[in-house]
Amino acid sequence: MGKGLHPLVMIALVAAAALFGRVLPTWTLSLATIAASNALIALGIVVLARTGNVSFGQGLFFAAGGYGVALIANSWGLTDAVAQVIIGAACGGLLGLVIGPLIARYSGIFFGMLTLALSMVFYGALVKSTALGGSDGFNVGRPSLFGMNFSDPREADFMLYAVSVITTGLAGMAATILFRSEFGLASLAVRENNLRVEYLGLSANRIISINFVIAAIFAGASGAFALMAQRHIDPQFAYWTTSGEFVFVAVLAGNQSVAAVFVASMALELVRSFSNLYLPNTWQLVLGVFLLGVILFLPRGIGSLWIRDRHRKGKSVAPSMAGKKEVAL
Amino acid sequence: MNPVLSVRGLDKRFGAVVAADALTLDIPAGQKISLIGANGAGKTTFVNMVTGYLKPDSGSISLDGLDIGGRSPRNVARLGISRSFQIPQLFIELTAAENVTVAVSGSGTRPLSFHSPARAQHRHDKAIELLARFGLADLAERPISELAGGVRKLIDIAMALVRRPKLLLLDEPTSGVSAEEKFATMDRVIHAVAPDAATIVFVEHDMEIVSRYADRVVAFYQGRILADGEPGHVLKDREVRRYVTGGTQ
Amino acid sequence: MNFFLTIVLDGLIQASWLFIVALGLTLVFGVLKILNIAHGSFYALGAYIAATAVTLVAAHGLPPGIGFVAMLLSVALIASAVGLLLERGLLKMFYGRDEVVLLLVTYAVFLILEDVTKLVWGVNPIYATQPYEMFGSLEFAGLYYVGYDLVLIPISAVIGFAIWFGLNRTVTGKIVLAVIHNEEMSVSMGVRVNRVYAFAFAFGVLLAALAGALTAPKISIQPGLSSDVIILSFAIVVIGGLGSVEGAAVGAILVGVARAASVHLMPQAELFVIYLIMAGVLMFRPEGLFKRETARRI
Repeated sequence: MGKGLHPLVMIALVAAAALFGRVLPTWTLSLATIAASNALIALGIVVLARTGNVSFGQGLFFAAGGYGVALIANSWGLTDAVAQVIIGAACGGLLGLVIGPLIARYSGIFFGMLTLALSMVFYGALVKSTALGGSDGFNVGRPSLFGMNFSDPREADFMLYAVSVITTGLAGMAATILFRSEFGLASLAVRENNLRVEYLGLSANRIISINFVIAAIFAGASGAFALMAQRHIDPQFAYWTTSGEFVFVAVLAGNQSVAAVFVASMALELVRSFSNLYLPNTWQLVLGVFLLGVILFLPRGIGSLWIRDRHRKGKSVAPSMAGKKEVAL
Repeated sequence: MNPVLSVRGLDKRFGAVVAADALTLDIPAGQKISLIGANGAGKTTFVNMVTGYLKPDSGSISLDGLDIGGRSPRNVARLGISRSFQIPQLFIELTAAENVTVAVSGSGTRPLSFHSPARAQHRHDKAIELLARFGLADLAERPISELAGGVRKLIDIAMALVRRPKLLLLDEPTSGVSAEEKFATMDRVIHAVAPDAATIVFVEHDMEIVSRYADRVVAFYQGRILADGEPGHVLKDREVRRYVTGGTQ
Repeated sequence: MNFFLTIVLDGLIQASWLFIVALGLTLVFGVLKILNIAHGSFYALGAYIAATAVTLVAAHGLPPGIGFVAMLLSVALIASAVGLLLERGLLKMFYGRDEVVLLLVTYAVFLILEDVTKLVWGVNPIYATQPYEMFGSLEFAGLYYVGYDLVLIPISAVIGFAIWFGLNRTVTGKIVLAVIHNEEMSVSMGVRVNRVYAFAFAFGVLLAALAGALTAPKISIQPGLSSDVIILSFAIVVIGGLGSVEGAAVGAILVGVARAASVHLMPQAELFVIYLIMAGVLMFRPEGLFKRETARRI
């Protein structure tokens, strides 16, 4: 997946991005926070997609993380931002551990549909759960950090921005290392020919499950961020359009570079903000047209703008998203 | 001494088609045995059952005395059986080296590493070395999608050798390989497994290859064994000529 | 017994419009092999157009019956036109590429239509209730049923039968079936597959819009309809089997009855029971309850 940057350079970039928040105007800060959080969950989708399985139901883990953190925050008064991220990630991960092995054996299109169905089951259950506020959801308080409370909104926003950028940055670095690793290569092999993988003594299901759990962890953490940013949780977190948006970012980014995921996510948020600002009720229109444009002109995603893929020659968008190939002996 | 592979009363039906009919066979260690037979005679089904891809309807299969019937391909591979495929089963978008590297990963006993690069020196060297044995080292960084069928066949076989198996099953190893290359290919394979004294079972249609490399030939017909013995005898057998090789009287 | 009948009747009322929507979706999938994410958008479009037609007719003082006919006609015309334009003008450009590409294209269309309807009809709910009173009400098993709701059941059955008949007993229908089962073969037999595509897609869109028009009198028409409907019809189509007409019928009835049963027995399950069935079908019989026959390839 490209040569990428040296780990120290990546750390420096993340630190710089975090500090840069000091000079950014408030509207950009919240925008960037959402973008970072969306990038995190989209990155998880990309990780899983490398096995040939696309999850159309990440909203499940996104909501699980959000609700998990919200309940714990309200019940035990836990407001520390870092703790909340960890709890969100854990909620997502635990759920992923349960579900992953169950659905890993299903191929491409059925896998996608299953993830969608499961997320909608969760959505349906949440909407009707009066204990959790039903379709209205409920609110949570402001997050704190290492014991410090932030009453100044500007400071609070910056804190959240920094935590999200650093978390997503770290996740990005971890993903880059993962992609280049032995496990990363085996994941690609599963996508290409899961039967041969089995014949070579590896368990395709186990490889898929592990990638699935990683995606679930990222999604859960992202849910925590969304919760902290909105200070509100509701079933919409698990709705299919929410999951769809995350897939949208992943597809936009392509599968060539981790950085592309951030760029794509930021692009999405900018488009959304600007069209909301100048032409109300048009951001989906603009997004739709934008998506069509990318499909037509950048078939390998945004990442292809700066990474020349040594392998693929003009294949269509997100070939990594295509279902696992059928194998005939 | 235990035969390395022992098959008893193996049955397999696909609807009305009898792919295996009470197959019984013993293969001693180190033997080079060729399976011949017309298309649909049951050779590939036999290979599929031995390697765990298909479950026999009845009968038993043992590897070195250990019952392996019904085990998964992954399980069977880990026990020491490797196979190559009639139609090469490769990772098309990955490079030749990467393909072999995955095989290297699979042959190890440790779980896959999440941080050690796939291109780590020891793994990469091993992959290149294996490709070099088949004269493919200079194609190491090319994706399979850019490589010709004959080369893909060789890589497919090379990947089966990574594990240094006890029993190597090759499904039509020389089909798709050019006439000049086919002997060289078989020589390389024999040479590669020589240190381990592995047993080789190869399905073949090319009788030149069969007579030159096989110690023993087993002829299949409609799921049954028609003849079993030295190449000289089996290939001259009347029924074999009639149902398999199609030679004139 | 009464209780049971109530659930069945409620279920059938639900199933009637669900079937029409799901039918459109499954037909488009069967012929073009596309999962049209914008399918729900056409349902919404149908509802909105119907509302406009009904309101216009009512403003001229004409009886609700005329409004009913007017809404169906206007929806049929506009929807078919839009569907045709969309298929020939946009979708065609992406045939032959990765199957995921068309999925993304229909997703883009879904996004675009979401805002188009908001821009044309605004974000507030609108209503078209006049036709709802057309058929009075009926008492059955101690409960009151609106005539309109009950009438939809036979209407839906007729549509279903008409489609079945059209597919299996007419030449055009058989050509469509041929393309569904084996496109390659159809092409080599001289079938103008492009025309079949255009026709099937326009028809699928028409069905969605029609369902929207038929249900318009009994719902509040607002943004968000399309996303609710597409996911629901997708669930039905998966349960019944992608590309199967019988499957759409059985799936719709199953979902309708399941929903009705939940409402009466376990209201918390009303929304998720459908997706639970969908997940169950995917896990144990992924091709759906009615596997579309695939021709044996030699």
